[in-house]
Formats: sequence, C-alpha cells, structure tokens
Amino acid sequence: MGDASTEHSHGHHMDPAVEYSSSKLGMWLFLGTEILLFGGLFAAYAIFRAKYPEMFFEQHVELNKKMGAVNTCILIFSSLTMAMGVSAIQRGKQKVTAILILITILCGLGFGVVKYFEYSAKFHHHIYPDTSIFFSLYFLMTGLHMLHVFIGLTILSVLFVLTLKGKFTAKYSTPVEVGGLYWHLVDLIWIYLFPLLYLIG
Amino acid sequence: MATHSHAEEHHITGNKTYIIVWAALMVMTAITVYVSYINFGMLNIVIALVIASIKASIVALYFMHLKLEDSITWVFALFPLLLLALLIGMTITDTFTRTIVP
Repeated sequence: MGDASTEHSHGHHMDPAVEYSSSKLGMWLFLGTEILLFGGLFAAYAIFRAKYPEMFFEQHVELNKKMGAVNTCILIFSSLTMAMGVSAIQRGKQKVTAILILITILCGLGFGVVKYFEYSAKFHHHIYPDTSIFFSLYFLMTGLHMLHVFIGLTILSVLFVLTLKGKFTAKYSTPVEVGGLYWHLVDLIWIYLFPLLYLIG
Repeated sequence: MATHSHAEEHHITGNKTYIIVWAALMVMTAITVYVSYINFGMLNIVIALVIASIKASIVALYFMHLKLEDSITWVFALFPLLLLALLIGMTITDTFTRTIVP
C-alpha cells in the first residue's frame, strides 16, 4: 500500500482506477480461498452430522444459545459500522470514519470476550476438543473463526491509526474498503457457524 | 489518463440503506433463533440454512457492495461457491456410497 496520502500512487505505474478495482478484485479472490479453507471443515461437519445425528443433537444443547445469539448481534452490528465507515471515508469524513472503525474494533473485542467466557464454561465442564467429534468440530470451526477475528482486528487497528493520521481521503479509500471486505467475511462465516453449531447441532 | 479520474466516482451507499439491511439481518437472526425452539425434524436444518444464506447474500450485496461491482467480481465471488459445492457434494457422495469398509 502506497504511503502517498492525497494524490495517491505517484510512485506507481498504474492508473489509479485500475489500481482501485484490482485491489478489490484481489481481496475477493483471497476471500474465495478463505471460504474454501472453512469449506473443508463444513464438509467434515456435513459428513459427521449425517453419520451421527443423535450425537450432534444431544451435544449441541451444551452450547449457550444466548451467548451465540449475542455474538451474532455483535458481529452484525460491527458489519454495519464497518460499512458506514467505508461510506464515510468515501465522503472524505476522516473523523467519522475513525470513530466508526473504533466501534467496529470494540465490537470485535466484545465478540472475543463473549467467546472467552464460552470456552471457559466448556473447559469448566470438562469439555475439550477431544471430548467428541461434535466438540472437536465446534472448537476447530469457532477457533479458526476466532483467529480470523483477531486478524481482522489487527487490520482494523492499522486502518484506525492510518485514518487518524489522515492517510485516507475521499479520493483514496482503497485500504479501508478492502479491509472492510475482510471484516464482512468474518461476519459472513459466523452467519453460518451460529445456526449450524448452536441452533441445530 | 483523463484530467479527472473516474475511479473516485464511487456509488456511495447511504446510511439509510445500511440501517435497513442491518434491521433485516437482525429480524432474520431473531427468526432463526425462534424457529430453533420448534421441532420441524429435518426441516429445521433447511430453514436455518435458507435464512443463513439470505443473510449472507444481503451482507455480500449491500455491505460488501457486490451489487455495485462489475461482472468479473461476481465471477470471483461466485466461483468459490461452486468449488465449495463440489467439495462438500463429492465428499458426501463418496462417504455414503462406499460398499467396502476401508
């Protein structure tokens, strides 16, 4: 990412319009690989659920539906603030963008805190990844998702600092948009994990 | 390059649209949680996945601006879903049609 702030891509040989659309396209391509990364686990889930429906049904009750629902709401709200942040920077409102990114970060942290309590409760009840296939999948899928939340939070923190420094403008908002795409994917995956693990097991 | 680049002519989505989308997502979350308390048998998973897919679609279309993207972005966004369907479909077909126990 160039460090040229206002008149971007001075040192580049690319047309800014091309650079903008190819950055987004690159992120979409990466998101595709992310979906397939989770895809392996979704395939495992589908097979074991079809093989042992009773086990999934009996054990999913152990999960805290309320906490899962709260986390779903937190992530959906964070997606809203992220999307609004992208619109704000496209209008050149740096302060509003910074605030919206900060709220998104706080939501991500909130998600982590709720997840921490959930994991602790599981360990407290002596439920570990090796307890059963269901919990093995539960810990793997939510754990890999949690890793993505952390990566997303790192990206958002960098965006927050750079926004405060005035690196992004109405003319140059590509990193905010591309980072936003990543954050939305984190939400998107959770949209599937929540019902599959907490609601129907 | 033209005197003024058109890259900056984003279609900026208004906050009103975002809030409507957010409200729709919340309503669907409530529905999916509510439905999970009722036993429809096999239909439960179908309902849950349909709702999840509608939610995922509107996140992609509005929050991720897929609605405003060109056709190549649509290809990039949809092609992985085809691969995902192949991955899950083929694995299931394999696992449940084996006659010889390995």
